[in-house]
Amino acid sequence: MTSAPLADAGRARHALLTMWTIRRFEEAVDDLFARGLMHGTMHLSIGQEASATGACMALRSDDAITSTHRGHGHCIGKGADLTRMMAELLAKETGYCRGRGGSMHIADVATGNLGANGIVAGGIPIATGAALAYQLRGEDRVVACFFGDGAANEGAFHEAVNLAAIWKLPVVFICENNKYGMSFSTEKSMAVAHVADRASAYGIPGVTVDGNDVEAVHAAVADAVSRARSGAGPTLVENVTYRWKGHSKSDKNLYRTKEEIAEWRALDPIVRFEAVVQERGLLDEAAVQAVRDEAMQAMREAVRAANAAPDADPSDLLDAVFAPA
Amino acid sequence: MTSTTLDPGAPTAGERDLTYSEAVREAIGQAMEADDRVFMLGEDIGVYGGAFGVSGDLFHRFGGERIRDTPISELGIVGAAVGAALAGMRPIVEIQFSDFTNQAMDQIVNQAAKIHYMLGGAASVPMVLRAPLGSGTGAAAQHSQSLEAWFAHVPGLKVVMPATPADAKGLLLSAIDDPNPVIFLEHKLLYRTSGPVPVEPLRVPLGRTAVHRRGADLTVVATGVMVSRALDAAAVLTDEGVDVSVLDPRTLTPLDDAPILEDVSRTGRALLVQEAPGHAGFTAEIAARITESPTLYRLLAPVRRLSGLDAPIPYAPQLERASVPQVDDIVDAALTLMKES
Repeated sequence: MTSAPLADAGRARHALLTMWTIRRFEEAVDDLFARGLMHGTMHLSIGQEASATGACMALRSDDAITSTHRGHGHCIGKGADLTRMMAELLAKETGYCRGRGGSMHIADVATGNLGANGIVAGGIPIATGAALAYQLRGEDRVVACFFGDGAANEGAFHEAVNLAAIWKLPVVFICENNKYGMSFSTEKSMAVAHVADRASAYGIPGVTVDGNDVEAVHAAVADAVSRARSGAGPTLVENVTYRWKGHSKSDKNLYRTKEEIAEWRALDPIVRFEAVVQERGLLDEAAVQAVRDEAMQAMREAVRAANAAPDADPSDLLDAVFAPA
Repeated sequence: MTSTTLDPGAPTAGERDLTYSEAVREAIGQAMEADDRVFMLGEDIGVYGGAFGVSGDLFHRFGGERIRDTPISELGIVGAAVGAALAGMRPIVEIQFSDFTNQAMDQIVNQAAKIHYMLGGAASVPMVLRAPLGSGTGAAAQHSQSLEAWFAHVPGLKVVMPATPADAKGLLLSAIDDPNPVIFLEHKLLYRTSGPVPVEPLRVPLGRTAVHRRGADLTVVATGVMVSRALDAAAVLTDEGVDVSVLDPRTLTPLDDAPILEDVSRTGRALLVQEAPGHAGFTAEIAARITESPTLYRLLAPVRRLSGLDAPIPYAPQLERASVPQVDDIVDAALTLMKES
């Protein structure tokens, strides 16, 4: 491993705060939905926070990401503004997409977030193309491309990973294997044990890591990022994790057992990392509690500010169909 | 096929004859010389020079980085163009046959067309997808379609169908400049036709209908290869004593309908000609605009569409010819329309 774990107090705190912020944001979204205060649909990544956090901490601020329908964590990890995210979900004019996109289309080009995506595997060729742009311009920037295990069975995955491999593009393919593409388990959807096994088909390295261990994710992605930045090409990193909540709000959890969900809840990435940082003496209990409080406060402030913002305005719905020349 | 270019909007100074494919190539070369962000990717566009020879010597002039040969991966390469455009480049994708855009439809329709809107205007996708369309080469049903209406039906895509070498060059330069995804459909029968093309990189704006000729009796609106067939038909009709206008919208999106409505108001008769199947085709949109406007009250006869059959394009040459409008069909349709009023 070329990278140290998240061993200093500052980075450990940042990792913990990011994970708590994702958790609190998504719990608030879940709650607003349940109370009928939020419209549309949403896909929660509760339980998967270590993947987004560890990966994004391995990136520079001028690196880019592409995200998925389950993308709140990636946006927050890459530095998105919570209030603008919440405003988007609450259908406000001040949201990232002015109410045109919603949960599945949050992007923040300024922070290098090239966009969540409502199409499974839709972002993988786009990440590859952004990496091609960086390579063509001689820039040493890297793209981290998030996708799920379901996307690894789409043709877009195979075409894009192959292109990135033959051109040695600076992209890191990060598969968040949460065991299910909606209801279909990876045991049923793949004849290989790991998504990362597929890397060899494209002549690139593949690595499977414990996706609920933020340090393991960070280390694997940091290695892949430095490989990409050096010009050696893409890596496929598979973060094995689990979503606690259903696929979306229609999910009745008919395809998995309560016991299985309970087993994974016991592997909570946040609880695990809190124990690690306290064991190492990086943060004491009071410092950990301060992180939790900060995340809670940030979420509450985002909900408050977003609720106070003006609703998205239907008077100029055609203005963003085409970019002005 | 004759090559007829009577576009009164085209400049006359500094012109020489080029083929349609040379005109496309010249536009790409001039855009690449002027702007480092412009590059091209596609299958066999390098040393091979492109399936229809359009990229030609560009590989030798600009090298393999910017004239980038790709594997046979339409979805991957269109998606790569979307990503590169998002990251500040100006990619031009060549898809070998427009039929193969079906392999890439997610990236065209769900991604490129919608990103600017979905993101509330925060990002744009300035890319051009060039693809040859149309029948007439004996390549049968999976290599001969005219799918322009599909693209025109998707908000967020601009759709261009140049009919002359000068338009091919000028419209492609505008398409490359445009901050939106542009579907640029080149008719493969036009590649070897020639006509005057300005030497300078002069732009033909998107959304400007060309009036190729004005006549007193009937307005023909045609797209793609049907423009030259309509002009040939017009010459025959002149001998029959029928004086027709020939208009080409050139871009389906944005559509400049004002000159069409104006001309039809003047002649009172509209014959709308396309190669694509008639059912739910693009000329139905033009017919609707005529009947939704006061032009309706100026009509001396019902609007008439002449389209390809509602069938796949067949292989045998006599079957293929019979499947899409030919010059004689346009003449017959015009004469029939004259008799109806």
